[in-house]
Amino acid sequence: MTGIAADRPLLEVRGLRMHFPISEGILMRRQIGEVKAVDGVDFSLRRGETLGLVGESGCGKTTTGRCILQLERPTAGEIIYDGVDINSLPRRDMLALRRRIQVIFQDPYSSLNPRMKVGDIIGEPIMVHGLAADATRRAARVRELLSVCGLDPNFADRYPHEMSGGQRQRVGIARALALEPEFIVCDEAVSALDVSIQAQVINLLEDLRERFGLTYLFIAHDLSVVRHLCQRVAVMYLGRIVELAECDELFDNPLHPYTRALLGAVPIPDPTIEAGRVFQPVRGEVPSPINPPSGCVFHPRCVLAVESCKQARPELRELKPGHWVACTQVS
Amino acid sequence: MSALLDVRNLHTEFRTGAGLVRAVDGVSYTVDPGETVAIVGESGSGKSVGAMSILRLIPDPPGRITEGQILFGGRDLLGLSPEEMRAVRGSEIGMVFQEPMTSLNPVLTIGRQMTETLQQHRGADRATADRRAVELLSLVGISDPERRLRQYPHQLSGGMRQRIMIAIALTCEPKLIIADEPTTALDVTIQAQILELMTGLTRRLNVALIIITHNLGVVARYAKRVNVMYAGRIVESGPAADVYHDPRHPYTIALLRSVPRLDRPRQARLDPVEGQPPDLTRLDRGCAFRPRCRFAIAACAEARPPLEAAGAAGHLSACFRRDELGAAQAAA
Repeated sequence: MTGIAADRPLLEVRGLRMHFPISEGILMRRQIGEVKAVDGVDFSLRRGETLGLVGESGCGKTTTGRCILQLERPTAGEIIYDGVDINSLPRRDMLALRRRIQVIFQDPYSSLNPRMKVGDIIGEPIMVHGLAADATRRAARVRELLSVCGLDPNFADRYPHEMSGGQRQRVGIARALALEPEFIVCDEAVSALDVSIQAQVINLLEDLRERFGLTYLFIAHDLSVVRHLCQRVAVMYLGRIVELAECDELFDNPLHPYTRALLGAVPIPDPTIEAGRVFQPVRGEVPSPINPPSGCVFHPRCVLAVESCKQARPELRELKPGHWVACTQVS
Repeated sequence: MSALLDVRNLHTEFRTGAGLVRAVDGVSYTVDPGETVAIVGESGSGKSVGAMSILRLIPDPPGRITEGQILFGGRDLLGLSPEEMRAVRGSEIGMVFQEPMTSLNPVLTIGRQMTETLQQHRGADRATADRRAVELLSLVGISDPERRLRQYPHQLSGGMRQRIMIAIALTCEPKLIIADEPTTALDVTIQAQILELMTGLTRRLNVALIIITHNLGVVARYAKRVNVMYAGRIVESGPAADVYHDPRHPYTIALLRSVPRLDRPRQARLDPVEGQPPDLTRLDRGCAFRPRCRFAIAACAEARPPLEAAGAAGHLSACFRRDELGAAQAAA
């Protein structure tokens, strides 16, 4: 049994769909359509692995994370965490599971309560879950967490506004660690930070992963950061995964035209390299998820698109071991 | 060739509850006609306040330009009356801001906002203004311009709104456009489209461009010259290639080292700039980067290093050890 448990993925997402209804009318509300934020997403995560989920705004990466965190109830699909479908769990078991799954949000300004002291922000989940016998032990635990995250333990008495953006994000990380989780959803966790601070927090996330054996779902739009942090990467576009591969394979050998366009759009901080690069930005804009294009959702912007791309939606195919692509025109 | 814009010893201060903030603390630089110059820095470095000072859009109180000159086409903008300044803003200097939704008026149609500028500054009649607006929208790559003119900002996507902002900035054929984080709120693929559009158009129309950004890649791709700001001052300045390949200020060196790069093998660990950004109300007489600097010496605590020549022609650094740094970098 233990052998099976060790091989089993920590998280498996199967056929996940999240469609938000759009309603009209005041007295007689009726649904006039739906936003297909996530439209059939499958992936799995091994214990101790960091999977990157990248894409532009509206691609469904955040909604996918929110479904895993039980902040949304999916329209369809299964989210199997450590062998259990979390959507069918009774409420009491759900609370216990929630302890093992935590989140770090993008914006440390709006995700920390400005009226609470840092010590109370980090101590609250410990209290709610009854993890410390008394206030003294709770305070000791808070100080320990602050120092694990590279902050002075005396920051427990400060308010969030007395800290810089980088320090606030460290508080957010300390709060996520308070319940000793095994899995953390990092939703654009370093995107709002200044360049000089971003690297510090990335290093901290890596240290914590090693020290506590954490598994991350790293949701981000910055491809260079994702490449640095992740072992595998899934690229999303308009609610679907279009490419999924080991990190080095994806960046060295991108196959989907959208992945290629994304990589080409990232400027390299070197004027000489940039001067020699031929650069053709991808045309058009991301279509509305209310009325997505037929067939392959990327076809209106795609350089490889042919007539058949408008007809059928391409399924993810495994072109090389571990390298999955949803495009009929590449091989 | 004389400079189009010549900023000399600019000081802009803000009175805050926590104390006096010298947001821009003695900044000097020039922009030639048709040139693209980047101003790069992190939050609180003074890069945006500096640009707003050129346009004289600093809210007073709490802000105030206390010293310096801003020579634009030979005239000191700080000496102009509010009416004269308004004329400069509308017709000689165009602006593109980060968030087009907040800089466009939500209750006016796109057409109204575009033609207003023309009618105000150029005394154009309605029909001429409409024709010009259609022309400008096609120029910035918006299809079906006649229909777009009748729409409101909320009916357009973020990328489209930023195109409109660029069209408005170009309306009166300005000599200079100041773009403050023009693509930060946009997605990667749209960011690339907008930057290509902006740099292409300014080159074609010979408009000078100041791009204010925190993105080192954007600077490398689009700017000829770059000014690096830290704590209200320019700490390094020069041709982009020299600043990137032979950085002479420890902050620039650290910044370039801290970013993960797609063109290089993955590093085991990133090499961050240690410490926290400076508290601008508590700066002492020494170099503001000193607490985070790996190269700091005793002299750095005594005085702020002036911005002086380092390395190739036109390359300046505000570091006492700028010459050693060049040699150390070359050896490394």
